[in-house]
Amino acid sequence: MSATRTTVRSAFGVLALSGALLLSSCASENNTPGGSADNASQAGSTGNTGNTGNTDCFSGNLKAEGSSAQKNAIDEAISVFQTKCADATIDYNPSGSGSGIKQFIAKQVDFAGSDSALKTVAVDGLVEADDAAKACGSPAWNLPMVTGPIAVAYNVAGVDKLVLNAEVTAQIFDGRITTWNDPAIAKLNAGVKLPATPIKVYFRSDDSGTTENFTKYLKSAAPDAWSYETGKKWTGKGEGKEKSAGVATAVKGQDGGITYVELSYARQNRLQMAQIDTGSGPVVLNAESVGKTVATAKPTGSGNDLALKIDYATQESGAYPIILVTYEVVCSTYADPAQGAKVKAFLTTFASDAVQGQLEELGYAPLPTAVASKVQTAVKAIS
Amino acid sequence: MTGVPVVDEKPEPKGNAPLGGDNASTARLGDRLFGGAATASGVIVIAMVTLIATFLIVQAVPALLDNQENFLTSRAWNPGGDQPGFGILEFLWTTVVAGAIAMLIAVPFGVAVALFLTQYAPVWMRGPAAALVDLLAAVPSIVYGLWGLITFAPFFRPIQGWIESTFGWFPLLAQTGITGGTILFIAVVLSIMVVPIVTALSREIFAQTPLAHKEGALALGATHWEMIRTTVLPFGRPGVISASMLALGRALGETIAVTFLVSSLPNGAAWTWSLFNGGETFASKIANNAAEFSNPSRTGAYIAAALVLFVLTFVVNSIARIVIERRKAFSE
Repeated sequence: MSATRTTVRSAFGVLALSGALLLSSCASENNTPGGSADNASQAGSTGNTGNTGNTDCFSGNLKAEGSSAQKNAIDEAISVFQTKCADATIDYNPSGSGSGIKQFIAKQVDFAGSDSALKTVAVDGLVEADDAAKACGSPAWNLPMVTGPIAVAYNVAGVDKLVLNAEVTAQIFDGRITTWNDPAIAKLNAGVKLPATPIKVYFRSDDSGTTENFTKYLKSAAPDAWSYETGKKWTGKGEGKEKSAGVATAVKGQDGGITYVELSYARQNRLQMAQIDTGSGPVVLNAESVGKTVATAKPTGSGNDLALKIDYATQESGAYPIILVTYEVVCSTYADPAQGAKVKAFLTTFASDAVQGQLEELGYAPLPTAVASKVQTAVKAIS
Repeated sequence: MTGVPVVDEKPEPKGNAPLGGDNASTARLGDRLFGGAATASGVIVIAMVTLIATFLIVQAVPALLDNQENFLTSRAWNPGGDQPGFGILEFLWTTVVAGAIAMLIAVPFGVAVALFLTQYAPVWMRGPAAALVDLLAAVPSIVYGLWGLITFAPFFRPIQGWIESTFGWFPLLAQTGITGGTILFIAVVLSIMVVPIVTALSREIFAQTPLAHKEGALALGATHWEMIRTTVLPFGRPGVISASMLALGRALGETIAVTFLVSSLPNGAAWTWSLFNGGETFASKIANNAAEFSNPSRTGAYIAAALVLFVLTFVVNSIARIVIERRKAFSE
C-alpha cells in the first residue's frame, strides 16, 4: 500500500512539473498566430510588383530566431522571397530577442532578430558582441531592418484627440497624475473636454524590448519626471498584462486605460493614439514622422555595423520620438560561404524598397532612404 | 497458480489426482515480463521525480547563493544582474490564495454535481450528462484563458466593483484599483476549470456506495437527503478528498489561463491583503518570462521559484494522503 501511495504522490509531482518545464514552448507558441495568411495574401497582390533587387535564389533552409516585434515584417519578406524562390524555406521563430541572440551565439540559427543591438558592455558577465564574434569567427553586424513605432494608446470615452509630452507621459506612467482632467493634461489639450475618469495604466508584465525603448524615451526626454532605471522590465506603476496583445485588450476594455504598445496592436484594437509634443508642436504617429527620428539617429558601430543610437529627446519638428528599431544580427563573414550567400540573398530582399514599402500597412515604418541604402550596402558585404 | 486453468484443478472423475501446476508458475515468461514491466514503471516514475527534483535543486542553488534578498520572505524580484535579489512571497500568496478560493467554490459545487448525477438525475440522463461534464475537463486551458479574458472579465468587473464598494471596509475585499485579473477573478476561473475533476472522481465513488447501506438508511425511515448524508457522503469522503487534492494540484500549477488573465504588480507596489489585488502565481511568472532566460543566474531564480511550487504541490498531496488514511479508519 505504501509503495502505491508514493507512486501516486510522485505522479502528481511529475504532472505539476512537466507543466512548468514545458513553459518555454508554450510561451513561444503564443506569438505564433500572427496572421501569416494575411501577409501572404498581401504579398500575392502587391509584393511582386516592386523591385526587390536581384534575387539570388537558393534551395534549402535558412533559420532565424528572435524578436517578436519584427515577426509580421519578416513574414512579409519571407513570403515575397519564397514567391520568387520556391525551393527556399525560411523559418523565423519569434521567441524573443534574448533567446534569438542566445541561439545565434550557440550557432543554432543563421541570423538573429533583436530589438536592441548586441551589447558591447558586459551584462551578467557576458559581452554579447564578443561572444557573437567568437561564434562567427568574424565581427557580427547589427543591421537595422524594421522600425516599430510605439504608440501611447488610450481609451477615454469622448476624447478622440489627445496631446501628451514626455513630462506628462512620465508622470502618468509613474502614477503621479491619476485622473484624465488633471491640469497638466488639460494644459496640453486646450479645447478638449477631459472627463474626471481615473487613469488606469497598463504595462507589459513580460520582459520586453517595447518596455525598454519606451522607458529609454521617458528617461531621455523627461529625466526629471522619470527617475527609474530603463530596461526590459517595467519599473513604473500600473497593472501588468501579458505581451502586447494583453495590454491592448486591457486598454480596449477599460475606460480610462492607457498603455504603450506597438502600432500594429493599437491599430488592430482600434485604440486612440496620443500625439506627442516634443517641444516643437504635437506630432502624429505615421511613417513620415517615425522616419525623421530614425534619420536623426547616430550610428554607434563602425563600418557596416549599423547599430543606431536613437535620439529620444529629439526636438526636430515633425519627428515622432517613441520608436523601436529592430535589427538583424548577422556574421560579417560566415564560416560556411554557402550559409553566408543564403543570408545575403534573403536580407537583400528584406532591405529592398519593395518589401520596405509594404511594411507601413503592417504597422511598421520603412527605413528612411539614407539608412536603407547603408543597410543595402552592408548586406552586399556579407560573405 | 497462474497459468493453470481452473478446470484442471477439479478432481478427475475416476479419483485420479487432480492435474496440478508445475509449482514453477511464478517463473514463467509471462509472469516475469509483467512483474518486470510493472516494477520498472514504478521505478522509472520514482526516478523521474527524483531526477527532476535534483535538476531543480542543482539549477537553483547557485542563484540562491547569490541572492541578496531573503528568498522566502522578500517581495522583490530582480533576478540576474550583479546584485540579484529575489523572493517568492508574493507568488506564494497569490498561488495559495487563488488555489484555496478556487477549492472553496469548486469542491461544494463539484460534489453537488456528482450527487445530482448519481442520486437525483433520472437514469437515462446520467450517462450523457456525465460525459458532458467530463468534456469540460478536456477543454484546453488556453480556451479558458481566452474565454475569461474576452467574455467573463467584462461580466465579472461590475460584480467586483459592487463588492469593492459595498464590503471595501473588510481588508480582504478592499479596493485596489486593479481592474482586470484580480486574485478573486483568477480563482473563479480556476474553479470552473477544476470542477470537472472534482465531479468525475466524486461521481465514480458515490456510484459505488453499497446498495445495502442506502436501502438500510431508507428502511430506517431516512429521507432521500438523510440517506445521502448518512451513507453516500461518508462512504465517498476519501474519494472527494483525493479529487479535491488532484484539483488543487491543477489549480496551483495552472499556467496558460492564469498567464492570460493575471494582472501583475509593478515592483515596489504596496502590500495589501485584498483579494482584489493583482499578482502573479509561480506558474504564470515563469511562463511570462521564459523567453528571457538569457543566463544561468537569471534562469536559476525562476527555477528556484519552480522548486517552491514543486515542494508546495508535494506538501498538499502528502496532507491529502494523511487525511484519507485517517478517514478510512472511520468509514470502513
